[in-house]
Amino acid sequence: MSMHPVLDKDVNKKIFLLGNEAIVRGALEAGLDIAAAYPGTPSSEIGNTFDLMGDDAGVYFEYSTNEKVAMEVAAAGSACNLRAMTFMKHVGLNVAADAYMTIAYTGVRGGMMIVCADDPSCHSSQNEQDNRYYARLANIPMLEPSSCNEAKEMTRQGFDLSEEIELPILLRTTTRINHMRGSVELGPLVPSKGKGYFDKDPGRFVTIPAHARTGHINLLKRMEKAMEISENSPFNKVIDLGGDEIGIVASGAAYNYVIDYMKSNGIKGKVLKLGMSHPVPVKKCADFMASVKKIIVAEEGEPLLENDLIKIAYQNEMNIKIYGKNTSHFSRRNEYSPDTIKEGLGKLLGIPVVENKLVPREVELPTRPPSLCPGCPHRHTYHALKKALGQKFKEAIYSTDIGCYTLGIQSPLNSADFLLCMGSSVDAAGGFSKATDQPVLAFLGDSTFFHSGIHGLINAVWNEHKFVYTILDNRTTAMTGHQPNPGMGRRGGGAPSKGSDIEEVVRGCGVEFIRVVDPNDIKATTEVYKEALAYDGLAVVITKRACALLEVREWKKDGTYTPYQVDQEKCKKCKVCISTFACPAIELDNDGVISINEEYCNGCSVCVQVCPFDAIGAVNKEVV
Amino acid sequence: MSEQLRIVIVGVGGQGVLSAAKNIGGAMLEAGHSVVMSEVHGMAQRGGVVVCNICIGDLDSSLIGDGQADIILSFEPIEAYRALNLANKDTVIISNMAAVIPVTASIGEMKYPDLDDIFAAISEVNSNFIKLEATELAKEAGTALAANTVMLGALAATGKLPISADELKKYMLSKVPPKTVEMNEKAFGMGMDCK
Repeated sequence: MSMHPVLDKDVNKKIFLLGNEAIVRGALEAGLDIAAAYPGTPSSEIGNTFDLMGDDAGVYFEYSTNEKVAMEVAAAGSACNLRAMTFMKHVGLNVAADAYMTIAYTGVRGGMMIVCADDPSCHSSQNEQDNRYYARLANIPMLEPSSCNEAKEMTRQGFDLSEEIELPILLRTTTRINHMRGSVELGPLVPSKGKGYFDKDPGRFVTIPAHARTGHINLLKRMEKAMEISENSPFNKVIDLGGDEIGIVASGAAYNYVIDYMKSNGIKGKVLKLGMSHPVPVKKCADFMASVKKIIVAEEGEPLLENDLIKIAYQNEMNIKIYGKNTSHFSRRNEYSPDTIKEGLGKLLGIPVVENKLVPREVELPTRPPSLCPGCPHRHTYHALKKALGQKFKEAIYSTDIGCYTLGIQSPLNSADFLLCMGSSVDAAGGFSKATDQPVLAFLGDSTFFHSGIHGLINAVWNEHKFVYTILDNRTTAMTGHQPNPGMGRRGGGAPSKGSDIEEVVRGCGVEFIRVVDPNDIKATTEVYKEALAYDGLAVVITKRACALLEVREWKKDGTYTPYQVDQEKCKKCKVCISTFACPAIELDNDGVISINEEYCNGCSVCVQVCPFDAIGAVNKEVV
Repeated sequence: MSEQLRIVIVGVGGQGVLSAAKNIGGAMLEAGHSVVMSEVHGMAQRGGVVVCNICIGDLDSSLIGDGQADIILSFEPIEAYRALNLANKDTVIISNMAAVIPVTASIGEMKYPDLDDIFAAISEVNSNFIKLEATELAKEAGTALAANTVMLGALAATGKLPISADELKKYMLSKVPPKTVEMNEKAFGMGMDCK
């Protein structure tokens, strides 16, 4: 295996990196010692990069079971004077928030970076919460990059800042920054120090009430220092494009659209780019506002900078108009784009919006939502369960969870009725089972089980909840890109590990009805579900089958892969394979002919079991 | 300062949109151009619509706005139509002709449109529309999976890129598995010949 590009030793060279890879590079240039995370899009490729590098990175990296665990692993590393990092998607910080809030009180020793990746527009998420609130909530300094190079630099310099201020630094990104690819200028890699040493200081690190009260005083002092740094930070800079009519305050990805729009339209003005956006540099902002006639704030999400500027203007008795979300020129919803800025700024500056986009005549297009892959074992689980439920399907409550299996929501499976967050499937199923007499079903994957599916299970046993709890064990964390989990026999970075066996964990929690079944055997799975549905108590069904994408990769490697095809003479066009199963590889053309697209078929063969007329069989390569 | 060029690549999750985009962007950077791109990772990769943007020249934005695309490279015909808001009358639009039927259409919930009608609707508003049997050609080269390489060849043949077809080909070949080099070279050439 060749060396990962993130480990390139060629200093001053520019290389093409994904925002998430740039963050890893920045950490390695800062002498990172310890990193821990639970995968979550859009932050996943940070962990993937550490996982791929393995021992080559020369740092300790682990996938932890959830974000709170990861946060605490990193906090311990920092307390031992090591440079520590944890990273998560925005909602992951909700999980880690309990620890996060109090780390602000203890402060840090070794530099600690907390990367949180917001997802405006909900590309891969259940909400578009603006985690810049978290910097304010905990009173923790925050950096917001706009480019890949800045993501690297802010990570690298963030460790120094963290040690100087003695607080963790929140590096807040958005999907657009995490999944942007751009050139990054390489600096020297700094090797890890290896192990640290924990010097005891219970007055600081044991947060009993008396110590916590002192911790709060220390936090406020540290933030005074952070304010001084923010006032002078090179990440907070004015770009002067001439004139004093308008001043635009921008951060994150929105800054990019603003600066390109101004340059391409020859608009004069000043732009204050806030890269260290918490604490907001009050004096710098006041000076900026004094240098222009009106202010426009371009920030994705909530009007946080905008409200800060209104406050600063009031405190400084400035009579300046501040435009943004409070004046309805920009939206709190969705990620921004060049069009958002073109419309918002255009309106404010009186620049007519020239539309040159093509407007073709209308042709109705089918939507193309993401769906379970061809051969996906989750489809087989849902299909078998639906058969077992029969007429009861309509009233049964499908309490689902976060993972590929959420895609069971699509027709014709319609196997998702309720979802809040990681682990909500089993917790809410317990509630449903007490609140109604409907059949209740909970679904979550193997990785989600280890993340947050166990305490709900113990709760269900303890309170005698009655439902069917399915653990869809596809031997990986599939949706975020096939990261390992504790049930797979290997750790982050590739080292083997015994880990935990799901069945043993479930048994240890006190569950008496446990069945493990291969969902690719539709008949056996249907029988198991019939038994589980009839059981008077909590029934756990573990449907165990590797993710089809991983399985087909193995089959293609060892030469055992065979696609399947429809025998047109035997096919009665009953469409059962389409109307109840809906594997994306099975296609129905406008003449009603059903065929299997060989290009997409992953060779699972389950459609053979679904066809009532025995019309599907393996492609005989020699005949074709 | 190099000239600005904005390329949109669209297709369906699993078609290799991302690797095509990485090859174009990487080849540009290697030739000394300033490049920033937007990729799609996550849920959409499971059979959803995937859109990648490549912005070349003195640009900070990694997204392409309405009417801003200079080139649209579409791996699937209805996705070319769906992306038309990003194009203007001068945009070069190259589309693979092979349909990928979404599940919403195959289960009969929605209808996959007649492709001739789609092609006509695009041609009515844009005269730089190039149709390409990329999937068929790729099969001829060895595997349908090489359709993205055929598309790259067609893109290079437009002469719109600030790098030569050879530079793009060389970069792409350096990134594919060694045993597929010959096949990808053939597929690239077939794409180039389509112009």
